[in-house]
Amino acid sequence: MEQLMEDLKRQIIEALNLKHLKPEDIGNDQPLFVEGLGLDSIDALELIVLLQQQYGVKLDNPQEGPTVFRSIRTMAEFITTAKKASA
Amino acid sequence: MTAGPIHIVGTGVISAIGNTLADNLQSLQQGRSGIGRITLFDTVHRETLPVGEVKLTNNILAFRTKSKKTLSRTTLLGLHAAQEAIDQSGLRDRLSTLRVGLISATTVGGMDRTENFFPAFLQDILKGRLRDVVDHACGRSTERIADATGIRGFVTTINTACSSSVNAIQLGARLIAAGQLDVVVAGGTDALTRFTLNGFNSLMILDPAPCRPFDAGRKGLNLGEGAGFVVLAPASLCAAERLTPLATVSGFANTNDAFHQTASSPEGRGSFAAMEKALAMANLTAADIGYINLHGTGTLNNDLSEGTAVKRLFGEALPPISSTKAYTGHTLGASGGVEAVFSVLALREQCVFPNLRFETPMPELGLVPQRTFERRPLRHVMSNSFGFGGNCSSIIFSKPV
Amino acid sequence: MSLYILGMGNLSPQKTWEDETLLSQAFDYQNQMLTSIEPDYEQWIAPQQLRRMSRIIKMGVTAAKMALQDAGVEVPDAIITGTGYGCMADTNSFLIRMIENQEQALNPTPFMQSTHNTIGSQIALLLQCQGYNQTYTQESFSFETALIDALLHGAENPGQQILVGGVDEITELSHVIQSRFGIFRRSLRSSLDLFRKPGKGTVNGEGAAYFLLSAQRPERGRRVCLEGVRTLYKPSQETLLAETEQLLKASNLRRQDIDIVLSGNSGDTRLDAAATAFCKAAFPSSSIGLFKHLSGEFPTASAFALWLSTRIIEHHHVPDFVIYRDLSRPMRNIIIYNPYFGTHHSLLLIRAC
Repeated sequence: MEQLMEDLKRQIIEALNLKHLKPEDIGNDQPLFVEGLGLDSIDALELIVLLQQQYGVKLDNPQEGPTVFRSIRTMAEFITTAKKASA
Repeated sequence: MTAGPIHIVGTGVISAIGNTLADNLQSLQQGRSGIGRITLFDTVHRETLPVGEVKLTNNILAFRTKSKKTLSRTTLLGLHAAQEAIDQSGLRDRLSTLRVGLISATTVGGMDRTENFFPAFLQDILKGRLRDVVDHACGRSTERIADATGIRGFVTTINTACSSSVNAIQLGARLIAAGQLDVVVAGGTDALTRFTLNGFNSLMILDPAPCRPFDAGRKGLNLGEGAGFVVLAPASLCAAERLTPLATVSGFANTNDAFHQTASSPEGRGSFAAMEKALAMANLTAADIGYINLHGTGTLNNDLSEGTAVKRLFGEALPPISSTKAYTGHTLGASGGVEAVFSVLALREQCVFPNLRFETPMPELGLVPQRTFERRPLRHVMSNSFGFGGNCSSIIFSKPV
Repeated sequence: MSLYILGMGNLSPQKTWEDETLLSQAFDYQNQMLTSIEPDYEQWIAPQQLRRMSRIIKMGVTAAKMALQDAGVEVPDAIITGTGYGCMADTNSFLIRMIENQEQALNPTPFMQSTHNTIGSQIALLLQCQGYNQTYTQESFSFETALIDALLHGAENPGQQILVGGVDEITELSHVIQSRFGIFRRSLRSSLDLFRKPGKGTVNGEGAAYFLLSAQRPERGRRVCLEGVRTLYKPSQETLLAETEQLLKASNLRRQDIDIVLSGNSGDTRLDAAATAFCKAAFPSSSIGLFKHLSGEFPTASAFALWLSTRIIEHHHVPDFVIYRDLSRPMRNIIIYNPYFGTHHSLLLIRAC
């Protein structure tokens, strides 16, 4: 789980072109949207694509986005659960 | 700057619900939507994304417009509608003697052919047929239409996403009012492409079922294609040439929402400002508007935002409102032109069109659009077009006095 | 009805920003691709906004901000943009991914940024400008139509300050495709030799130039006006000459009053002969200057020419590498004549005012 969270931080920085950030700047439980990192609705869509491309996990309902993408940890938990379910 | 009011003296339209004005009107009256399965090209989304296709192949379009079938579909659709508008105006033989402008609008341009060029080109940069990309640029479809209709002189193209063709009509009216042109053929055209289908899909704003504008259960938009053109002329020329004014362009406005690249502000400030300014220019109040042809794409964001703005502006004086995108799909750059023609039809026929597939009002607003085709006395009709990039345009057409 | 040029911002293949002297040196390009000399965008745009912007958006936004800074204005009342090709890098990027990924799991950002009006919209968003916003895309009429609209808008709204720009980019891919049409020189090793070495083909260019215009005379600063613009699609020679007369007449000028014609000869001898002949016929007693060896050929190259004209009037001087025929006149009235691949012809009249 720790490794997954570290990987996610790297991938998010790259996918969203957050050039001024390093993985250590993103807290595991820091809010990603609105406050915290201040990401927006387009970033949410990009994260949906990231989940699919990197982890083969689909999020069909963008309305679930705010819950799944609340923090790095909630993203990691979502991926882990989804992969267990499809295993 | 007084040539008198600016009139619409010709209209032409082609869409998923008809190839001509008459066909479109009949479909509108009969509640017959043109949304269905994709047939124009191969795509993984064929079974999952409904669209509003024009029911003519490129070959037939080329035949009907007396042009080449290798042209971009955007050009063919545009030419079809522009020719209909010019024919209706009665000005076909005068295009070379008057100061005529062509102001078209498109968002996809020749992308329908460009996307066929790229697969081969990506394998080998010397492959791919050049004739598939020669008309890629938006302005090229306009040039082809200018060449085919014999319009020289002032030729231009607008691309402000979904508000493009209303802006074309606005510019046309302004140039005539300023005495710089005698006649303007204005409107827009867009063909369905894999590019836009996948683009909107990546934004997750497409409805996997036929769209339901302004409905509480709406899920998104359906893409469409088509073209809509009007011929504009000042009252003084109408008198001199004995042209029949179909409607008067009495007010319009162009504003920017400046909120987000693809989403409208929750309160619809850009839309509100556009509608308000259009009324001011027309010297009308909200109560004067007999029907609003909404932008009404069916997305969660647009409909709530537009609905909020409409409710705030019109309040108790809310007229019948409907989105005809439930019939045609969202024709992108052509939507302003197509819906301008529908608005003129509403004025000519003294009727309002239904908002198909509506069942439940949005809980936040409680707005109930027009549910049936209905004959009503109408003096002024408003048409809205709000696009990506916050480009908001609104226009008011009036029964000629 | 004319518009004062209150501010300018220009990114081009020459050093056209933070330049005290006018083109003190000319930059030369070896490969028929004249790409822009770019500033550090982080000086102009916050990182949070910069991250999503493709190069053309950065260029447009920065040129716009430079123009506003030059004019000492924070937010304009209207924003009008011309772009011939639009946002090609994003368009190509989305198209390629669509093909390679077989329409699955596509990133929305390039699609969102691919529409032509993204440049003008991003400027509006960053400045929170809710006023009139328009984008034109008609080959070499794109910037000209934006100016025609601005002239109209200025007459309709005399108090307003209008930001008008012309933006186009080169991408590797677009250059390759355009090359296949045979429009570029094959082996010109120095772009500055474009007119010294006759040949078939031009050189590719790009740029982003914005201008803040107003019908109100400024209290201080430059006094240069845009007087009029004409765009002519496939005109006959007679029509071209007649429209030129009309343009001059509307400003009470005769052809002898024009000090220099900046002609958009492309360097393609097949097309340039007609362009030069027109300039000499229409303006026999005027100097002639050329500019596309500096900017390259692209739909909104006339924006570069407008910048150049304004600077020429301000500096009372035409740089040596612009001059083609020098009749040594004080620079007060300038015509830009921009022919484009034989079909589009435009005329712009700029004056000291």
